[in-house]
Amino acid sequence: MPGLQIDKLSMRFDLPNRTSVQALEDVSIDLKAGELLAVLGPSGCGKTTLLNIVAGFLAPTSGEITLNEKRVHGPGAERGMVFQQGALFEWMSVRENVGFGPRMKGMAEKPKREIVDHLLDVVGLQEFKEKAVYELSGGMQQRVALARCLANEPDVILMDEPLGALDALTREKMQGLVLKLWKETGKTIILITHSVEEALLLGERLIVMAPRPGRIHKEYNLPFAEMGVGQDLREVKKHPDFATTREEILSMIWDMEEEIMGGAAK
Amino acid sequence: MTAKGTLNIKPSTGWQMEPIWLPSPEAVLSRLGEIATLGFRNSTLAEHLGFSLFRVIVGFLLGAIVGIPLGYAMGLSNWFRGWFDPIVEFMRPVPPLALIPLVIIWAGIGEVGKIILLFLAALWIMAIAARSGVSGVRISKVHAAYSLGASKWQIMRHVIIPNSLPEIFTGARVAMGVCWGTVVAAELVAAEKGAGMMIMVASKFQSTDIVLMGIILIGIIGFTIDMLMRWAERWLVPWKGKG
Repeated sequence: MPGLQIDKLSMRFDLPNRTSVQALEDVSIDLKAGELLAVLGPSGCGKTTLLNIVAGFLAPTSGEITLNEKRVHGPGAERGMVFQQGALFEWMSVRENVGFGPRMKGMAEKPKREIVDHLLDVVGLQEFKEKAVYELSGGMQQRVALARCLANEPDVILMDEPLGALDALTREKMQGLVLKLWKETGKTIILITHSVEEALLLGERLIVMAPRPGRIHKEYNLPFAEMGVGQDLREVKKHPDFATTREEILSMIWDMEEEIMGGAAK
Repeated sequence: MTAKGTLNIKPSTGWQMEPIWLPSPEAVLSRLGEIATLGFRNSTLAEHLGFSLFRVIVGFLLGAIVGIPLGYAMGLSNWFRGWFDPIVEFMRPVPPLALIPLVIIWAGIGEVGKIILLFLAALWIMAIAARSGVSGVRISKVHAAYSLGASKWQIMRHVIIPNSLPEIFTGARVAMGVCWGTVVAAELVAAEKGAGMMIMVASKFQSTDIVLMGIILIGIIGFTIDMLMRWAERWLVPWKGKG
């Protein structure tokens, strides 16, 4: 079965003081190829740990991950990652950053340039390609990060709060871009976010996680990502279902936060 | 009171500095011209300064050639860190000047001894700079490179080394400054030629103008070295501090 299967994943961190933290417990997700999954939850619910395990940066305590019927061991180019910030190589120009993956594979100069040029067109940075990345604004830097990830033709794109550090206006624009790229490339995407609105807008599927131990609390199938393709995202937000779902999830997360606070006080 | 009835006061000249203690700027300048053309102690001025610079550059380069790989090894391998961290951390606060007697015993007062001293002055600074450059790499950059399909060696070559260059440049600037200070001090102790020897000998003959001239030249050269390093830094690692 193609797609990404996360099967009974558990992760325990042993601390030096002989206690341990159960970051994830029995998390299973079955993702079909081309689906966009948003993962939402209060801080400390293990969503970044989950992503790091899927990326292969962490080995889980138990459970396994299968991508296109192959078990995943360690990091690999078929799972691209977009980080929140600061993961671009500032000693390289925009063009070199985007071409990093193909260059590591030893691709010849000409096909590499074609890929890079095409992707710079897609993210709208053609005229900035010779600039240093630190000369660009935060939103443009994230466009470079997206293009760099796509240049490698990954099967799955993992996004760890990629828009978290952007201002509200840029963020809206970038949400539109993520949707557009998702539709045009047909990639499987896992998007971690702490913004309920963003999760609703972008997630075709949405998982709300609960903390201590990190686990799946509730799962949704949402129509908004489909509606958002080719439409103003602000129109989508006006949809009555959008507001109800948002309130439902917000109060769900509020309850969890309160539980944590209450637990800490006891 | 003059014959015409006006007060005529001649102010006291006060305590006058004699040129033997503090010569006038003109005297220092004219002595500079004299030494620049005639030389000092069988060597031209350029030779004196050139010898000091030569020692600094050779000592610094040797220190960098050994120190940078040592720092990389310490940043990348726990084994290396375990063995060398105590040595480096112990040697770093020892002023290089305190090593002069030992170096003289081991290697004599010739060129070799001075270069060993400068090598040691630069070595620890460069090792620490290279190590902090390596361990200062953001983990998300390494992760990003891994998920873009880079091998360990490629990550070393394309991520860790470029990421450490700004730190290494900062270390190099500090090391050049320390080396320049150390070479002058080492030449004060014993040398045939060199900026430090020049002012030491001049002071024995109470030639204050030469001493002052030497101090000013040493200052100018030290400052020039630092400016050149800064310029090289801007040119070679423009991404410094932009990560």
